[in-house]
Amino acid sequence: MKETQITLNQTQKIRLQRALDTLHSLSSKSLSDASVTVADKIPVNLNDSSILKGHGTLDLDGELISTNCGIVERIDRLVYVRSTKSRYIPETGNVIVGRVVEVAQDRWKVDINAYHDGVLMLASVTSPDGIQRRRTEADELNMRNTFEEDDVISAEVRNVQNNYTAQLHARSEKYGKITHYTDFLQLDRGQLIVVPCYLVKKRKQHFHQLDEYGVLVILGCNGYVWVGELIEAKDGMELDISEQTHGGFTKSEEEEQHTTLLETRQNICRISNAVRVLSILGFNITLEVILEIFDLSRSLDVEIHDMLGGEFCVLVAEREAERRSQN
Amino acid sequence: MEFVSPEGLRLDGRRPLEMRQLRAEIGSISKADGSAVFEMGNTKVIAAVYGPREVENKSQQISDKALVRCEYTMANFSTGDRVRKPKGDRRSTEISMVIRQTMESCILLEKFPQSQIDIFVQVLQADGGTRSACINAATLALADAGIPMRDLVTSCSAGYLNSTPLLDLNYVEDSAGGPDVTVGLLPKMDKVTLLQPDVALPEIMQMDSKLPIDIFENVMQLAIEGCKAVAIYIREILLENTKQLEYRRGK
Repeated sequence: MKETQITLNQTQKIRLQRALDTLHSLSSKSLSDASVTVADKIPVNLNDSSILKGHGTLDLDGELISTNCGIVERIDRLVYVRSTKSRYIPETGNVIVGRVVEVAQDRWKVDINAYHDGVLMLASVTSPDGIQRRRTEADELNMRNTFEEDDVISAEVRNVQNNYTAQLHARSEKYGKITHYTDFLQLDRGQLIVVPCYLVKKRKQHFHQLDEYGVLVILGCNGYVWVGELIEAKDGMELDISEQTHGGFTKSEEEEQHTTLLETRQNICRISNAVRVLSILGFNITLEVILEIFDLSRSLDVEIHDMLGGEFCVLVAEREAERRSQN
Repeated sequence: MEFVSPEGLRLDGRRPLEMRQLRAEIGSISKADGSAVFEMGNTKVIAAVYGPREVENKSQQISDKALVRCEYTMANFSTGDRVRKPKGDRRSTEISMVIRQTMESCILLEKFPQSQIDIFVQVLQADGGTRSACINAATLALADAGIPMRDLVTSCSAGYLNSTPLLDLNYVEDSAGGPDVTVGLLPKMDKVTLLQPDVALPEIMQMDSKLPIDIFENVMQLAIEGCKAVAIYIREILLENTKQLEYRRGK
């Protein structure tokens, strides 16, 4: 288990085990009964021919067996096995965070921790001057000014092809309309944390602006979490359009003058470590829980680097056990 | 040399039909999609699985199913004498191929066209039966990664020394020169997917390297029983792991 990453002494081990046992007792029994491993038989009434065999099942010699480790879910006539730990499987409408791996002719290939890299077409990103128009060859040649290899971007899944390849489009959360592309889409001051994707659930809001700390948190459904500096959005029309099309030099000069405040950087690190602790312990990652851990670490005056140590992880586990038993 | 004492005890105190102690741990390598550590007595093996993911070398991708790559290495410190060439030597290449073919037979490759699954297995401590331990560890790692499989593949070895069939040979028994066989089994389907005999060459005139067919069948059956025992253990470990992941994450 992931706890092998943290070193615990004897009392801490006992406390952690006790907290986990509480969580275990709180979980529903029906859930553990429905757990299966590979090649387990799924109890189903085979005479009922209207049973739909979903993902994770295999019809073998008239028996329905599971191909994954997970939980058997039954919705109406559909029987499928929900695998806990697996790579991200894209779904239309999911907000994801990814890293550009390739700049191809009219598209970018983005690593999103799925079976295939996501594809971000040039036409799916706002053009540099903000006008909706057809992309020309000049646009194709200037693709690198928008996104280069190793850039972190946030995007939304537009549709999923047959072989699970995600087609992405870059979207800005600001006021629901696509504004200047440098505001939200390209993320460069902060940390990208990789967590197991089953810990991030699909919610209404994935972009969280924490104004009081100056931090932007994006919980990507694919398990990539971005915690970075919250930059105040500039009005797109203020920037000189000709500056942008002449390359990134002007942009980087501006950025060099702007340095992140120490307090903001500390907040970014603290929130990132909160996400890491949740990932190590295997708890669901939501904004409320992250902020709770953030407040807990500040109230107990825990140093940022100590947040990944044994004592704090045990405290978080105990807190979580308390929280769930109260609900 | 006496490998089975008159009382019926082997060199390490086991009975002829007794397996070594099994121990498994899942999720040891956090960066990998799936990982496992598997121990059979003193033999310790670690496996890591990456995938299904984008194929690195586009020329190698297969249009209708996934590409499986497997690499078997031995850590320098895994044997008594420091291993000089951990990978690339003939034995490692052969075992890599064997493991790859065994796992390919049980993974549902058609579900992931044009993608690649990487299986890396490394022996940390070698005391006989490394091939079997690697296959068992790879099965656990693949299940941990959530890659759909037809069945669990388990493996065990058995041999014949001092006119006794022995289950799960350790290094001393393995290098004794008697015949032995490694069996890979799909337990639920009851299908043998790997059968690798290792028959000793007639170095000494008196040494009988030929194995009568009925004794061979006996030894093979013993190995199959060993595989089934490993399967029971692996299944328990996976079930426990699944339940743990579920109750931890909460609603």
